[in-house]
Amino acid sequence: MPLSLLKYGLTKQPKLQRHFPPTPELKNSYDVVIVGGGGHGLAAAYYLAKNWGITNVAVLEKSYLAGGNTARNTTIVRSNYLTPEGVQFYDESVKLFQNLSNELDYNILYSERGHLTLAHTDAAVRTARWRAEVNKHLGVDSELIYPDEIARLCPQLNLGDDVRYPILGALYHPPGALARHDGVAWGYARRAAEYGVEIHTQTEVTGFDIEKGKVVGVKTNRGNIQCGKVLQAVAGMSSEVARMADFKLPIKTIPLQACVSEAVKPFLDPIIVSGSLHVYVSQSSRGELVMGASAEAYPLYSTRSTLEFKEELMMHLLEMFPFVGKLRVLRQWAGMTDMTPDFSPVMGLTPIENYYIDAGWGTWGFKATPVCGKRMAETIATGKIPDLIKPFELERFYRNEQVGERGAASVGH
Amino acid sequence: MKLMTCPLNGERNISEFVYGGEVVDMPNPAACSDQEWSAYLFIEENTKGIVKEWWMHAASSYWFIAERNTETNEIIRTFPSSELYMQRVDFRAAKE
Ligand SMILES: Cc1cc2nc3c(=O)[nH]c(=O)nc-3n(C[C@H](O)[C@H](O)[C@H](O)COP(=O)(O)OP(=O)(O)OC[C@H]3O[C@@H](n4cnc5c(N)ncnc54)[C@H](O)[C@@H]3O)c2cc1C
Repeated sequence: MPLSLLKYGLTKQPKLQRHFPPTPELKNSYDVVIVGGGGHGLAAAYYLAKNWGITNVAVLEKSYLAGGNTARNTTIVRSNYLTPEGVQFYDESVKLFQNLSNELDYNILYSERGHLTLAHTDAAVRTARWRAEVNKHLGVDSELIYPDEIARLCPQLNLGDDVRYPILGALYHPPGALARHDGVAWGYARRAAEYGVEIHTQTEVTGFDIEKGKVVGVKTNRGNIQCGKVLQAVAGMSSEVARMADFKLPIKTIPLQACVSEAVKPFLDPIIVSGSLHVYVSQSSRGELVMGASAEAYPLYSTRSTLEFKEELMMHLLEMFPFVGKLRVLRQWAGMTDMTPDFSPVMGLTPIENYYIDAGWGTWGFKATPVCGKRMAETIATGKIPDLIKPFELERFYRNEQVGERGAASVGH
Repeated sequence: MKLMTCPLNGERNISEFVYGGEVVDMPNPAACSDQEWSAYLFIEENTKGIVKEWWMHAASSYWFIAERNTETNEIIRTFPSSELYMQRVDFRAAKE
């Protein structure tokens, strides 16, 4: 044994550094209380402190930090949406993501892979073309490609016509990327805490004090606190928390499942999505295939996993990659997603004064973590809604001005 | 396999059914405000707990009502919609 190793083993270990401080006592009052310690809540806390100098902030998380959908998502980041409103919004997020490791001085393992949305029908080719044109018009890199080019980008894909739904083309989005989901939340948490933001885990919000239509306090299982403003960012619990403040949302809570295979050598570079086959797959940096489908058929407040999900998924995946039949599934899980009828989020004001909402992220909100945090912080700090998120306000449902993204978000998250 | 009892066809795999949304009373389209109508169309109770909801057996196009716990996914009861709604809705164009 080398002497240096022996010496290292016998000397005192260096003190481990905590990522963020342990949960402190609750103070009587905060300028801003953020309900929900997922990526969205933590990002908003970071930008409130960094961009606006607002640091008397508490993030309240009922469980452990970022264990909700932030921990359960399949980490696809892209901006190849369908509506101009959506494309511009997600594009800002992709740009923030590209520099996030530097910004936070924290490695979020951002990995640009390219993103392929396969089209197996004429209708799907048409939608791909439509998205490509909207994207290009707004400066987002997307194009419609055909099987020869697909074969070059992903030679493993079965492009034969001996399957039920042969591949006719694809929407190719080179900036499509993956990132370490936990890293994003922890990075924001760590830097927010350095600015003085308090992070309270095991702290469940159970109600609000509302006086003359204005929120003035938050009730928790650890006592009541006063607040200047509230940001609600609780994903699948959006409707239940909003009910505590006495307003309703256009949201259904629906489970979305995913699974990973055992780890194998890297062979799959791009992220592959098939809307027609209701399946998507990518290979993580440690070699697992990360696989998922669309959200389930009906609402449920549960994170149970089902055999039916795996059966459906594998049936379709085997058409695309017949050899994955040899792989074993390692883990399976689900998250409770907050689905809106137009597949776009709900951000901005609520009927309650000083109470802001960040919800309706359904199956597509991980990629929006940076932009949403930044823009919600701006909204809270200035009291003005930035143009970029204006189209997503709750009021749109009362004006019939939905931002329809179903064609770009129902399977490809 | 999750089973659901259709009042018409008996116990079937839940994949044979289509979820049709919460049971809510429709406001009178000719009399209600645009706000009320939008809320009827888009806003959800989305309750965690026991709810009443519309379901359809796809193969037979038969609509009925189910009482289900959205936390445990237990289907408590299914029954014909005639238990709650005795009259057909008469859709007449609103006078502008
Ligand atoms: C299987 C799956 C795959 C997905 N894939 C993708 C993808 O590839 N790309 C993408 O962009 N998006 C994806 N998503 C969506 C994405 O995960 C979410 O939209 C996003 O993570 C939401 O972040 P959040 O911080 O708002 O929510 P969460 O991370 O869920 O955080 C909300 C937090 O609020 C807490 N909370 C709830 N109620 C209370 C209360 N009363 N008091 C205090 N705290 C409370 C919860 O415990 C939770 O930690 C996927 C989702 C799932 C489930």
